Amino acid sequence: MTQRRPGGVPVGQPVAPVRRGRGPRIPYALLLPALLGLAFLVLPLVGLLVRAPWSSLSGQLGSTEVWQALRLSLVCATAATGVSLLLGVPLAWLLARTEFPGRRLVRALVTLPLVLPPVVGGVALLLVLGRNGIIGRRLDSAFGITLPFHTSGVVIAEAFVAMPFLVISVEGALRAADPRYEEAAATLGASRLTAFRRVTLPLIAPGIGAGAVLAWARALGEFGATITFAGNFPGQTQTMPLAVYLAMESDPEAAIALSLVLLAVSIAVLAGLRERWTSAP
Amino acid sequence: MTSSTRRTAVAALAALALSAGLSACGSDGAKPAAGSSATASTAAGGTATAKVSGTVTVFAAASLKESFTALGKKFEAANPGVKVTFNFGGSSALAQSINSGAPADVFAAASPATMKTVTDAKGATDPKVFVRNTLEIAVPKGNPKHIAALKDLAGSGVKVALCAQQVPCGAAAVTALKAGGVNLTPVTLEQDVKGALTKVELGEVDASLVYRTDVKSDAAKIDGVDFPEAAKAVNDYPIAPLAKAPNAAGAAAFAAYILSPEAQALLTAAGFQAP
Repeated sequence: MTQRRPGGVPVGQPVAPVRRGRGPRIPYALLLPALLGLAFLVLPLVGLLVRAPWSSLSGQLGSTEVWQALRLSLVCATAATGVSLLLGVPLAWLLARTEFPGRRLVRALVTLPLVLPPVVGGVALLLVLGRNGIIGRRLDSAFGITLPFHTSGVVIAEAFVAMPFLVISVEGALRAADPRYEEAAATLGASRLTAFRRVTLPLIAPGIGAGAVLAWARALGEFGATITFAGNFPGQTQTMPLAVYLAMESDPEAAIALSLVLLAVSIAVLAGLRERWTSAP
Repeated sequence: MTSSTRRTAVAALAALALSAGLSACGSDGAKPAAGSSATASTAAGGTATAKVSGTVTVFAAASLKESFTALGKKFEAANPGVKVTFNFGGSSALAQSINSGAPADVFAAASPATMKTVTDAKGATDPKVFVRNTLEIAVPKGNPKHIAALKDLAGSGVKVALCAQQVPCGAAAVTALKAGGVNLTPVTLEQDVKGALTKVELGEVDASLVYRTDVKSDAAKIDGVDFPEAAKAVNDYPIAPLAKAPNAAGAAAFAAYILSPEAQALLTAAGFQAP
């Protein structure tokens, strides 16, 4: 799995094309921690595979609850990514392309959910959107909508945690994109919205894609905010991470089996998007 | 030449820093265990009347939080130099981490079944039941939905939080509901009893089945409703010093203290029943 390279490989093989990033020799001061880092990231996953109850796996995964949880996870993560795109791209544009007082403060606030423990996010969501929350109370009395303990609550919790990833990524792409293209569009008579739609969006599409993948991945693994805000009920709000956690309390083998499913899905998605959005430019 | 020696030096330094970081991290994580294991082995191996010292790490069911925190303070006061640290959580999760090698000294579970998973794994022997606890319906202060009996929980428009079946309070709730012939669909299955209680406290649900002691500990915001079926779902709480306790002497002393009349009085005052 870890591909070791001998220390003194000459620059590029004569036949193979020269790839960038490969110097004459790799200094051990970098190689050693790099390999340790790789092992640190990969070993726990290997452990999962080693301890997997392969013989009883089909039985463990046969239950409908597993597929229910997986389906819910995929649906909610995708919906949360959709919400993040809808609200996050304009927000990123605002942060990158406009000047207004307090912009830096707004930017800090937007990234706050990145550092906030997700459980705290869940509590905060409950206090605002819960049945007795500042906004939630009105939603309940006016429309009879209660978000906690409902699938929409899961989507909201996941979007809350995942959207900053998208905003940061898109904002970075916007700052890297040359505004002169937009100005050129404007001189040709395009309105600012048209320029955004026809010029800016295609320019920053890779950034949006990368941000969306990041947000989706974060949403798929969301646990803390979900269990705090949306609760835990099979078929309604019990996503895979919640199912894994509760299975761990009584049946570690089932938890490992569930983890394997989530791992397989994650790998499949990353492999499917490989080189397209996730690779560094 | 010089650059290569410098490089080696940097590599050595990096390796040193890394290993130092690793070992520091390791000793930090296992500090209470390592520190207390030294004292424990000398104490346990030395004299029979071992003086308790070091840190006693107690894994206890979430429902024991208030009473055990108070008891821990008393135990520390009675044994100068001893520090009691607690890890409160769902009994099953605690049992699971003990079986995975968590450095705990004492385990107090909310049901014999969860304790059994530890004793079955040879993690402890001879657990003793120290209290019993019964369920109560927890409702927000003032009981806005006028819940008077278990069957009221199944009424339309009543949102109920239960503990997940994997944890003792959830298992007890299922038993009680079955005994009462009540069929209800909760809106959420919480990971431990405090989670279920919090949802009532925040007003997110209208009722929850929690332990009588939890209602009592949160009396300012929660009202309790007794129901006769609770008698069918009484939970025994066993406690045991753990076989792999880093601080064996401390573990034995703390477990004995919980069974002492002084501790029993405090537990009963908190709403637990004597075994």
